[in-house]
Amino acid sequence: MSTSSRVALTTLSGPGGEVHIGDERPFAIIGERINPTGRVRLTEQLKAGDMSSVQADALAQVEAGAAVLDLNAGIPGFDEPAMLSRVVSAVHEVVDVPLCIDSSTPEALEAAVPLAQGKVLINSVTAEIHSLERLLPLVKRFGAAVIGMANDEEGISMDPQRRLAAARKIVEAAADHGIAREDVVIDPLTMPIGAAGDAATAMFETVRLIRGELGVNVSCGASNISFGMPDRQGIDAAFLTMAAMAGMNAAITNPLHAPVRTALLASDLLLGRDGFGAAWIREHRAKTGVRSPAG
Amino acid sequence: MHEDLEALKRALIVADMDLGIAAVQRLVDRDADPTWILEEGMAVAMFDLGEMWKRGEVFLPEVVASAEVFKACNAIVEPVLLARKDPDAPTNALVLLATVKGDLHDLGKNMVGAMLRTSGFDVHDLGKDVGADTIIQAIRQMQPAIIGLSALLTTTVPYQETVIKKLEAAGLRDTVIVMVGGAPVTPEWAEKIGADGYANNAPEAVEIARKLVGASQ
Repeated sequence: MSTSSRVALTTLSGPGGEVHIGDERPFAIIGERINPTGRVRLTEQLKAGDMSSVQADALAQVEAGAAVLDLNAGIPGFDEPAMLSRVVSAVHEVVDVPLCIDSSTPEALEAAVPLAQGKVLINSVTAEIHSLERLLPLVKRFGAAVIGMANDEEGISMDPQRRLAAARKIVEAAADHGIAREDVVIDPLTMPIGAAGDAATAMFETVRLIRGELGVNVSCGASNISFGMPDRQGIDAAFLTMAAMAGMNAAITNPLHAPVRTALLASDLLLGRDGFGAAWIREHRAKTGVRSPAG
Repeated sequence: MHEDLEALKRALIVADMDLGIAAVQRLVDRDADPTWILEEGMAVAMFDLGEMWKRGEVFLPEVVASAEVFKACNAIVEPVLLARKDPDAPTNALVLLATVKGDLHDLGKNMVGAMLRTSGFDVHDLGKDVGADTIIQAIRQMQPAIIGLSALLTTTVPYQETVIKKLEAAGLRDTVIVMVGGAPVTPEWAEKIGADGYANNAPEAVEIARKLVGASQ
């Protein structure tokens, strides 16, 4: 069922090397934890300039399989450029994966992106003219890749065709700014399943449309699907499995949640992206302490 | 009547549409004071539901369903309330409400709207995902006493500031009281962006709106 045509391969890099997002590659987990939204203690620490939780979150997520780390330092009313810059530097001190710089504020991006090593993913632009005009020149200047949220001046639509139209606007505007197709990753917008029963099916339909029509990678902020529901990790794991089947190759999610991590490793295996089951078996050995025949 | 009010509250909390409509209809048929139904019954139930939500005892589909029951019951009570209004009474203060651009969360805003209406305000709801231009146009046309801006996401909260700045640029800031609300919004944020008022919940929003309107007259 996975679309036969392949999407462009997105390449990011960090001090430790490249990460590829694309078909036949392992699903790229973009670790979501470093984000003060709804995290009281992290918020207080960030305000005080204390980076201990940030660094602990970075280490734990990479250890749990995050290929990329999302960094968000937006606290309403606080100095985002300075805060985001400190977070970037603090994360580089402890891990070497590529970074996803989560801000739509030009000043914050101008301050923080130059401190990031390698090729980052900027999260995000929307299909609104003012967003595209303000942020795409920065994406180009920094040689970054960018996440495009599929909403435009008309607002947020549940209709897959309208989301496709917004995504097309982003890909075309990026091309006008000299940004290659492979450096655009579209986020079709995840709505809570608790608020609308067709939130997930509409999302999968949108993933297929965007891939098929635009040939770009698709990612999403996965955890929103289970907002307001009990036993969220089970929903997140099933959602990501289905999203991978629909052709999504990356997502911002929490690899520290074992069901999510297991579901994505199993998806890679089942979709033929884990040659000889190496990653699945490695995970088993790490969990159980069973030794490899190599000793 | 108290039994029916309790039944109504229970129906709102467990999202039983038939039970809720039946209870509110019985109350209206027996000439219960609509303000009493709303303030002592419906608002209390929704406040309790909000507390249960905060404690993780109820979940999003249940809250959405309760909001639907609230809407249906409110549609029965509101006409009674409006019919009782003294036609010679001075015009009520008009409140415009909007969930700001990029944000689709409107449960809280709708609750605030219903409570304001029952408390004697005229309310015009601009909906969700509303941009500054729409807001400015509506303020020009309707000249409200208050504009209420709701935002439930840390990514959309900054838009409250955008709206205030655009109001200033349009020369309208001094003509209207700006109130802000939404889960991530704090009193500090409200003060920082130059809003006139902040409320943590719907009853508080009514209280603050009354104070602010009183003060501006």
